[in-house]
Amino acid sequence: MTVIVVVFINFMLFRVLPGDPVRAVIGRNVRISAETQQALREQFGLDKPVFPDQFFDTLGQWAQGNLGVSWSLRRPVSEVLMSKLWNTLLLIGLGQVLAIIFGVTLGLLAGWKRKTAIDMGALTFSLVAWAIPTFWLGIILLAAGSAWFGLPTAGIVSPANTGKPLITILPDLARHLFLPTLTLTILYLGEYMLIMRSSILDVLSEDYILTSKAKGLSDWQVLWRHALKNAMLPIVTLIALNLGFTVSGAIYIETVFSYDGLGKLFQTALVKQDYPLLQGAFLLLAVSVIIANMAADVLYAVLDPRVKET
Amino acid sequence: MNENRTLFKRNLSDFWKAFRRNKLGLLGGFLVLTAILAATFAPLLSPYMPTEVIRDANGRGLTFAPPSVHAPLGTDDAGRDIWSQLIYGARVSLTVGFLAGFIAMFVGSLFGILAGYFGGRVDNLLMRVTDVLLVIPDLPLMLVLVATLRQMDLRISPLVVLVAVIGLLYWTSTARLIRSQVLTIKERQFVARSRAIGAGHAHIIRKHILPQIMPLIVTNTVLIISTAILVESGLAFLGLGDPTKPSWGAMLNFAFDRSAVTNGAWWFYLPPGFAIVWVTLGCVLLGNVLEEMLNPRLTAHHLESNQNMIAIQKQGGE
Repeated sequence: MTVIVVVFINFMLFRVLPGDPVRAVIGRNVRISAETQQALREQFGLDKPVFPDQFFDTLGQWAQGNLGVSWSLRRPVSEVLMSKLWNTLLLIGLGQVLAIIFGVTLGLLAGWKRKTAIDMGALTFSLVAWAIPTFWLGIILLAAGSAWFGLPTAGIVSPANTGKPLITILPDLARHLFLPTLTLTILYLGEYMLIMRSSILDVLSEDYILTSKAKGLSDWQVLWRHALKNAMLPIVTLIALNLGFTVSGAIYIETVFSYDGLGKLFQTALVKQDYPLLQGAFLLLAVSVIIANMAADVLYAVLDPRVKET
Repeated sequence: MNENRTLFKRNLSDFWKAFRRNKLGLLGGFLVLTAILAATFAPLLSPYMPTEVIRDANGRGLTFAPPSVHAPLGTDDAGRDIWSQLIYGARVSLTVGFLAGFIAMFVGSLFGILAGYFGGRVDNLLMRVTDVLLVIPDLPLMLVLVATLRQMDLRISPLVVLVAVIGLLYWTSTARLIRSQVLTIKERQFVARSRAIGAGHAHIIRKHILPQIMPLIVTNTVLIISTAILVESGLAFLGLGDPTKPSWGAMLNFAFDRSAVTNGAWWFYLPPGFAIVWVTLGCVLLGNVLEEMLNPRLTAHHLESNQNMIAIQKQGGE
């Protein structure tokens, strides 16, 4: 359902644009005759009504993975997207995993020891992390990291190392990945910590916690056996919901660190007004986030038997 | 009517008494208030016009000058005073943030109340729309929307485009929150009684529903404004702001594009970020404190020390 809406939005938005695809193909070559232009229009199907003919034509093309040709790079959009996909997945994956591990642990501690120094520190940190613009944190870390630790300021590997086998460039790769990953982790850490904290607080106000405490279990046993599992449930949904947020973060961070991924590509397409590329990137990002959300819903039902009954 | 007024006034003064005791809330209020004052009195607070180039004795522009007596926060790549840009930038950032926040709040409250109160088709539509907007990654969607609107050559200011796009995308969470609140309120006895003596929908919504959800609306507005300011700064950083009226985000865009980082011009890229954090942090503190004061569920905690437990039980017993 949502996928259909996204596809529809994508189609509508880019049909609203006054740019004529034929004009884009022929570029500034004004000598092409009116007949040739007409022929090209027919070839692209632009002489047919927008709905349903053009819509379903376009849909068919997208379904086959044909997203058109990038205006600025003169290469098929899907090919360009695929070449950047892994770089972004590497960055996002690393940042997310680290953020979840640290965030859940700290959130658990903060919720358990509510109103202590740990809790106050965790809360302050996550508040500030929330209020800081992603790109600004990136800029600060970039400035500090390059000035004080001599870390590289752009790219994924040094130019000298491109094309060499992965094993030999691993240290260089790590040096390049360090700052962008750190930025991502700091930003999302706060988010997970807050969610985990409020989730554990919710669980701790339940009566079965009081019961298990009354039974004589220690705090650790209560947390481990009864609280953690239930408190983790919102995290699962939020990992998926956060994915959209993560994609936004990737656009900022890749722009700041000149990291050669989908986010940087998106920003470049925006600046260069490369609409086929922009459209393709948007479609890919939106659809993958939606699919991840569906997967999370299914997972949630497996983890929480209460959901299945309704 | 009069009775309602005095009740409202008394609630307000109770509220203020409780709020005054909360240091974080006061800090948040202070941060937001100073920013608003700075924006309002910008001409009095800034020694130069934001576009004015400061020149040295030989008439050359003072480019990338570190903070000095001439320019309290240094100058940018063209020799313009950063402090003055920052103060005038407050106007742009705050205006866009507040307007977008209010639009989001208004649309969200309207949809939330209608969906919660009437249910049925309105409710279905709302839930479908929010389902969709909830999962589409917002930044790419906004970038694509803004790019499209600009391409259409509508001759409207980029800032208006930003306000519209942010305002019309960030209302969904509010709408859901208010909807669920309205759902519980409309089932209460006093609403049923009011209906039984012949009160119309408009009367019930105005007299019974609105006063109950007003705290929720206020809290949410504060939080949404902070989101709107953050989002605006991000879009402006990616180059979608108004270059003639730079907000804090647009200043950072200039700073980054003109390699303030590699030039070590920290006075160029640090202040706008601090300003953004100043305001958003203020809003979040304010919003969180309001939320805490209004949400009773956050008071029970069964693993806390026994004294608190007893205190809570005593309160419950009274």
